[in-house]
Amino acid sequence: MAAGVSDPSLRHRRREQGLMFLLASPALVVVLALVVVPVGWLMGQSVFDHGFTLENYRRIFVEPIYWRSFSLTFRFAFEVTVLALLLGYPVAYVATAVGRPWDILIMSLVILPFWTSVLVRAYAWLVLLQRTGVVNHLLADLGLIDEPLALVHNELGTVIATVHILLPFMVLPLYSAMQKIPRDLLQASASLGCGPWPTFVRVFLPLSLPGVLAGLTLVFVLALGFYITPELLGGGRTIMVSMVVSRNVELYDQWGAASAVGVILLACVLAIFVVVGRALPLDRVLGHR
Amino acid sequence: MIRGHGSEAVILPGRGTVQAGGERVEVRSASKSYGSVLALDNVSLDVAPHEFVSLLGPSGSGKTTLLGILGGFIQPSAGSIHFGGRDVTFVPPHKRDIGIVFQSYALFPHMTVGENVAFALRARRLPKSSWADKVKHALAMVGLAGYEERGIAQLSGGQRQRVALARTIIFDPRLILMDEPLSALDKQLREAMQIELRQLHRRLGATIIYVTHDQREALTMSDRVAVLKDGKLVQIDRPDRLYDHPANAFVASFIGEATLLPVTRVDGASVSLDGAILRTGRPVPATGDLVLAVQTEKLLIDLDRQDPTRNHFSGRVADIVFQGESLRVFLTLDGGASLSLRQPSHYEATRRIPPIGERVNVSLHPEDTIVVPRTES
Repeated sequence: MAAGVSDPSLRHRRREQGLMFLLASPALVVVLALVVVPVGWLMGQSVFDHGFTLENYRRIFVEPIYWRSFSLTFRFAFEVTVLALLLGYPVAYVATAVGRPWDILIMSLVILPFWTSVLVRAYAWLVLLQRTGVVNHLLADLGLIDEPLALVHNELGTVIATVHILLPFMVLPLYSAMQKIPRDLLQASASLGCGPWPTFVRVFLPLSLPGVLAGLTLVFVLALGFYITPELLGGGRTIMVSMVVSRNVELYDQWGAASAVGVILLACVLAIFVVVGRALPLDRVLGHR
Repeated sequence: MIRGHGSEAVILPGRGTVQAGGERVEVRSASKSYGSVLALDNVSLDVAPHEFVSLLGPSGSGKTTLLGILGGFIQPSAGSIHFGGRDVTFVPPHKRDIGIVFQSYALFPHMTVGENVAFALRARRLPKSSWADKVKHALAMVGLAGYEERGIAQLSGGQRQRVALARTIIFDPRLILMDEPLSALDKQLREAMQIELRQLHRRLGATIIYVTHDQREALTMSDRVAVLKDGKLVQIDRPDRLYDHPANAFVASFIGEATLLPVTRVDGASVSLDGAILRTGRPVPATGDLVLAVQTEKLLIDLDRQDPTRNHFSGRVADIVFQGESLRVFLTLDGGASLSLRQPSHYEATRRIPPIGERVNVSLHPEDTIVVPRTES
């Protein structure tokens, strides 16, 4: 209707929306240039080799080396995520419970490793965990072991170092979710007759689940694509998906195959997001909204 | 105390016969310091079974600290707490068996109304088959019958308040602590809930200790009101006694809307205000600085005939404020002091108010002439 067109409030809103779009446009351009375009190019490359072909995908599903890499990578990401949760939850809980200034100290210690390069930390773990490293020496001196343990150049070493590097991505969302839990609720639970442990199980834990979920997803997805740490600490025997990609490009100059692996990994991650989002009763946790 | 005590069996409507249990609560010389700050300073309090006692004071007066100590969330630095003669000073909250209603309601957002209300039953490991009836009854008591399946986010503030109450009363606690439970509600709902809480208290028979900074709320609901200031218990008494016999200028100014005017002692039954002699029906303290506390509703506007038995003041009308059911009239006395009084907004009362700037004569009965020490004694 004509009245709608001349309605000044509508005009005002449209101008506001235009300005908002303008504000967001630099970020949109960056995302478009650095994410959408390369990923599209990647997808194109995985199915084009002098014409359309699914050869790259056929190879992935047929050759066992790819299967082994994918299953290894998922198992690795799963192990890292579970360990990060088991180690991170108590840290976040303590940081929430102790109050000032200790919470600041604990969270600073959690974030501190962020400022060190991943490469440096990987080498540091190499020094610590190798056959003649600090850990093996210590265990031998304490008389706990006779032979040095194989802590590195295998999956174990990779998991240890990766957990260390990804731990902040677990602790930070946990801490943020736990901080939002009102202390009143814990006091209310106590006043209604619940001791510390039942209060934790029935009130604190369920209300911290959004943080658990965020941490699990972040760490799992990051671990799936981890490259430097497995490359340095895996000893060449643990071939992650990311390493398959790198080898296809660097050793065999197989861009099409590398792209196909990348596309499948991306599809897996997206599938996980969808399943997690659907499966967990988040709306219930967040209060029936 | 106004209401009866003792632990006789009483009949509660729709509830059958229950052994009404109210806990005797004793606070013995309790103090709490945080570093150099003394949050609670040697407070002793004896609350009888079934009694409704309010802890009234401004923020920082120690009332919330005292409630925290009674709830078991704060341990006193000195002194002890006794429930029914049993020392519970260091008993953890979940073993105290007391109900607490929080200012924020503290309902569990991840549970339905029914699950919230059943929480105490679950904590006590009562058979699940007995829950439904008890939940239904508790919700009915607070006027929320049939709300079991609702989510907390779907409720209004007043409904949340009721759920918090139902969750507390479901396990028949002998003592209920309430921390400003009505402060988040709007005025009309708050006043309706005050009356409901009073009635609920009578039906439950539990001892209630109620923290508030709203003097009117404390007067409305309580058997006795304990006034706290700077961590100290200033006065504890029945609402009517507290109002008419404040212990000092602080209580007089905190309760009601009194104007305080400095006066000097003449003899045991009279004081002098700017040279004018005022008679009082109460004994005048022998020493220290004195103030006259004039509650707004106790002043009457005199028209022509002056009653010689009353104390008289004269001055001019400085301002008139219309507030709905009443008007507040501000006066400047001839001596320079300011006073204010209330007139109900009906014709007979409002026609007595002269226009702003005109002379006015007001009077105060000697029984309403309250003279108190300026400082705590």
